[in-house]
Amino acid sequence: MDLINNLALGFSVAFTLQNLMYAFVGCLLGTLIGVLPGVGPVATIAMLLPTTYALPPVAALIMLAGIYYGAQYGGSTTAILVNLPGEASSVVTVIDGHQMARRGRAGPALASAAIGSFLAGCFGTLVLAGFAVPLTEVAFKFGPAEYFSLMVLGLIGAVVLASGSLVKAIGMIVLGLLLGLVGTDVNSGVARYSFDIPELTDGIGFIAIAMGVFGYGEIIANLGQAQGKREVFDVKLQHLYPTKEDWKLMTPSIVRGTLLGSALGILPGGGAVLSAFAAYTIEKKTKLKPGEVPFGKGNIRGVAAPESANNAGSQTSFIPLLTLGIPPNAVMALMVGAMTIHNIQPGPQVMTSNPDLFWGLIASMWIGNAMLIILNLPLIGLWIKLLTVPYRWLFPAIVLFCAIGVYTTNNNTWDIWIMGWFGIIGYIFHKLAMEPAPLLLGLILGPMMEENLRRALLLSRGDWGILVTRPLSATLLALAAALLVIVLLPAIKRSREEAFVED
Amino acid sequence: MRIKSQKDFFAGLLYVVIGGGFAIGATNYTVGNAARMGPGYFPLLVGILLAILGAIIVVKSLVVETPDGDKIGKWAWKPLIFIILANFLFGILLGGVPSLGIPSLGVIVGIIVITLVAAKAGPEFNLKEVIILAIILAVGSWVVFIWGLNLQMQVWPSFISG
Repeated sequence: MDLINNLALGFSVAFTLQNLMYAFVGCLLGTLIGVLPGVGPVATIAMLLPTTYALPPVAALIMLAGIYYGAQYGGSTTAILVNLPGEASSVVTVIDGHQMARRGRAGPALASAAIGSFLAGCFGTLVLAGFAVPLTEVAFKFGPAEYFSLMVLGLIGAVVLASGSLVKAIGMIVLGLLLGLVGTDVNSGVARYSFDIPELTDGIGFIAIAMGVFGYGEIIANLGQAQGKREVFDVKLQHLYPTKEDWKLMTPSIVRGTLLGSALGILPGGGAVLSAFAAYTIEKKTKLKPGEVPFGKGNIRGVAAPESANNAGSQTSFIPLLTLGIPPNAVMALMVGAMTIHNIQPGPQVMTSNPDLFWGLIASMWIGNAMLIILNLPLIGLWIKLLTVPYRWLFPAIVLFCAIGVYTTNNNTWDIWIMGWFGIIGYIFHKLAMEPAPLLLGLILGPMMEENLRRALLLSRGDWGILVTRPLSATLLALAAALLVIVLLPAIKRSREEAFVED
Repeated sequence: MRIKSQKDFFAGLLYVVIGGGFAIGATNYTVGNAARMGPGYFPLLVGILLAILGAIIVVKSLVVETPDGDKIGKWAWKPLIFIILANFLFGILLGGVPSLGIPSLGVIVGIIVITLVAAKAGPEFNLKEVIILAIILAVGSWVVFIWGLNLQMQVWPSFISG
């Protein structure tokens, strides 16, 4: 059994004292930022990327991954206790979770979220381990034309599932692609759009862009809105455990949410947010048992299903990254950055060239999920305290950490200036309702797309037909086109818009 | 002609300007052809694509009716100015500006200043509270970044530490 051998290797890597410690730090930070509304995993991972220079690559990736899936746990706590989504993926948890808290059932709500997340996380990790090998084999059959088409599919997938206007979101991707092209062209050595500024020949640092747009831009936007007073519910530990009735209701929801989340996480553009939305929609369509609380009034299924789904989705969204080298969402785009910092080219070769890293990361996710359930249930009191920390103390600290973080990427103040400008741009994006996450994907994929397109067309002597005559490439492009058509169908368009209005 | 969605109108305009700018800029480089793409080929293509998308959005914003006109609303000037100012001051204090003869004052001074200025962006500002916050952040950052992670940066003003 190869899988068992591989997992054994993974656990032997993940169970070293150092890696356990970094998994713990990642989970702890993830829960922390998950609990705090207004701080997301994208900004946090961008902030911490530079500090991982000094770490061994395995430890760095284990910690950064922990932040992402840890945030999914933490987000539910805020959703249930404060009526605010701590993370975007907890938006639907607010609906029933907070109603449960209002009825004095905050404990079972928190417990069902944590238990669902744990089971889903474990299952998602298994899916990741099981899918990795076969998908990697497929990836080795890919030529430049297939890679280009796959990236097109990935980018289309990412916006189809994003909220708001489709054309605007595609525009953000294209804008990201363009920004990614600034700097020296690897092929000709020409410095593009650098205006004779030496720093620009290396390109615009994507950490500076990510932190400017997601860190500063969001802080400015948050401060620009009137701050409501937060009402935090308190929970006693002994009231945490779900009743027998709760178990009966939530177990099938957890299973459904887990399966759905695992499947949606793999899709390009998928991940935690989409999984949670889809799981809640499905639960709402199922029939209520006699005597069951309706949805929107504090139904435990409305907490268990989306929370299981977002965790499963966040685990399986590592699959396209680790096997194909294509990031399916903004967080994974940052993981590409983390791997590049450590001179690891993401893609199918990672499994063979760095098996300890590959399987160590997967094993660490299982350990991380076990740590998270301990962090989140018995220590819930700590997180409740944290929720009472006012935003006026938090945001100056976030500004500071962004500034220190971006400076240490190159020990150069240039990145600080760039981050400042992108803070302003990020706020403009916010005011014009332009979704920034697709920008980050385009930014990472821009140079890769150009390179693969160039190679594909070089092989075909300039014939664009190569993209549709090779069967794999044609299939991928057809999928992308189908996605676009489906979303533009009037019936789907309407329900898609409704789904995003619901929050 | 009345703008029916203000947000979309300006977002589209932004795309047209940026996309057009990149496309025009791309013509300064060798464009080449599909078989032998020059450095200008892909940016020209993508720049035109962005400009077209922008134009579609602009047209839509002039034609499609929205219930409330999708107004951009008030700009939050105060947070915008103070957050960005704090950022730039931090950079100047940490790195100095050699061309203007401004020496580096080090990260500790930088932390105090960035915290004080950034805090001004918020709706309330309590000087005593913010000073305490700044000191906590300065000490904490020193412990984590300088002592713990051993990141290389100027800690104290250059004329003191030399």
